[in-house]
Amino acid sequence: MDVVWEHREAIALAFAYTVLLFLIAGVGSTILGTLLAGMRVGPIPVLRWAGAGYVTLVRNTPLVIVIIFFRYAAPKIDLKFNFIDVVIPTGAGDIRLNNIFAACTVGLTMYTAAFVCEALRSGINAVPLGQAEAARAVGMPFGGVMRHVVLPQAFRASIPPLANVQIALIKNTTVAGALGVAEAFVRMRGLINIDATARIPIFIAFAAIFVVLVEIISFAAHRLERRVRVA
Amino acid sequence: MTVQEESAAAPGGTGQPLVRLTGVQKHYGNLHVLKDIELDVARGEVVVVIGPSGAGKSTLCRAINRLETIDEGDIFLDGQPLPQEGKALARLRADVGMVFQSFNLFAHKTVLENVTLGPIKVRKKSKAEADKRGKELLDRVGVGHQAGKYPAQLSGGQQQRVAIARALAMDPKVMLFDEPTSALDPEMIKEVLDVMVDLAERGMTMIVVTHEMGFARTAANRVVFMADGAIVETADPETFFTNPESDRAKDFLGKILKH
Repeated sequence: MDVVWEHREAIALAFAYTVLLFLIAGVGSTILGTLLAGMRVGPIPVLRWAGAGYVTLVRNTPLVIVIIFFRYAAPKIDLKFNFIDVVIPTGAGDIRLNNIFAACTVGLTMYTAAFVCEALRSGINAVPLGQAEAARAVGMPFGGVMRHVVLPQAFRASIPPLANVQIALIKNTTVAGALGVAEAFVRMRGLINIDATARIPIFIAFAAIFVVLVEIISFAAHRLERRVRVA
Repeated sequence: MTVQEESAAAPGGTGQPLVRLTGVQKHYGNLHVLKDIELDVARGEVVVVIGPSGAGKSTLCRAINRLETIDEGDIFLDGQPLPQEGKALARLRADVGMVFQSFNLFAHKTVLENVTLGPIKVRKKSKAEADKRGKELLDRVGVGHQAGKYPAQLSGGQQQRVAIARALAMDPKVMLFDEPTSALDPEMIKEVLDVMVDLAERGMTMIVVTHEMGFARTAANRVVFMADGAIVETADPETFFTNPESDRAKDFLGKILKH
C-alpha cells in the first residue's frame, strides 16, 4: 500500500481529471440528451428522424471509436478544440484542460447523450397521455407541454435509469486515459510501472475510489428521487 | 382577453353559431367513427350528446379542439376554421375549455398551480393576478380550501371540480365535457353536476358528452343522440325523453330508463 500512499497527491490529481470529465460530460449529455428526447417525441417528422438517427448511430458505436473520432478524425475536417486551454493550479500540480481533454469530453458527451435520451424517453412514455392532452387543451404549444407538464414528471420516472447512465459515464471516462488525458486509469498504470509487486493493492485502491465515486452518484440519485416524489 | 371583449360586444352572437361542424368524417381503419356530422351550437347554448358506447360521442367532443384529427369536413369556432397545427392551434385551444373523464390534473402541481398554469404560461398573466382569479374559481367550485394540496390527495369529485376550474381560468368561449362524471362514485357525481348546472345557468356555451339523463333534462337546451358514428336525432330534452322519433333512440332510452 506504500506506493499508493506515497503518490496520493498524484492519484488525487488523476481523479480530479476523472471527476472533471464526468461533471462536464454529465451536464453536457443531460442537456443534449433532453433535446434529443424532445426531438424524438416531438410533432416534427424531420426532427424525429434526426433524433432517432443520432441515437441509432451513436448508441451502436463503441465509445472508443466515438472518442477517437473527435480526437484524431475531427481535426482533419477542421473540427478542432485548440482554442481550449484552461489551467487550474493545485497544490499537487496543474490541471490542464487542453484540446485533448476537450475532444474526450465532447466524445463522452455525445456518446452518453444517446443513452440519456433513451432513459428520458422511457420516463416520457411513463407519463399518462392525458397529462399532455390536458396541457394541450389549455393552449400550450409543444414546448410548453414538454417543459411544464411532461418532462418534470418524466424526469421523476427517469431518475433510476439516468443514474445508471451517469454511473456508466464516470467509468467510461477511463477511455479518455487511453487517448492522452492523465486521469485515474493512466495514473494506475503509472503506479504499476513504478512498483509491479504492489499490483493487487494498487488495483484495490483504485477500484475502491471508483466504488466511492459511484456510491456518491447513487446516493445523490436516491436523494433526488425522494425529493421529487409527489404525494 | 380580446376574446371576452368580442363576445361582450356581441351578446347573443351575430346569429352565427359559435361552434359549427359540417360534413365531418373520421375513420379508424375500417371503422367509420364519425359519419357526416352536421352540428351547430349557438352562443350560450348547452348541448348534451348522448348515445351508446362506441357511438363516437367522445371522438366528436375531442375533435372540436383537435385532440382528434378528422379526415374530411370542417369545424369552425366562432367563424374561424380549426388550424392544422402549431401556434394558431394552441391559441384556439386556449379558447376551448376541456374537461376529461379521467380529470387529467397535472400530477406534479398543486391544485392552485393546476388552475394558474395556463393563465400564466399561455395568457401571460402575472402570478398574483392568476392566483387571485384561481382562488376565486376554486372557491366557486367548492375546493378553495384544498388549493395547496396535490391532485392525488383529493377525491375524484374534488379533482373533477378542480379540472373545471382549470378550464374556466382560461376564460373559454366554449366548454367541452367528455363524460365528466363517468369515473366518479355516485355520491360525487352530484357535486360535479351541480357545478356544471351552475355554469349552464351563467350562460356558458357547453357541449357535454354524458350518460347523466337528469343533467340532460335540467340543463340542456338540446339533446343530440348519436349511434354508430352518426347523429341520429336532435331535439329539445323534453321531446327527446318523452317522445323520441327514431327507433334507435327509443331502444336506447328503453334500456337506460328502465332500471
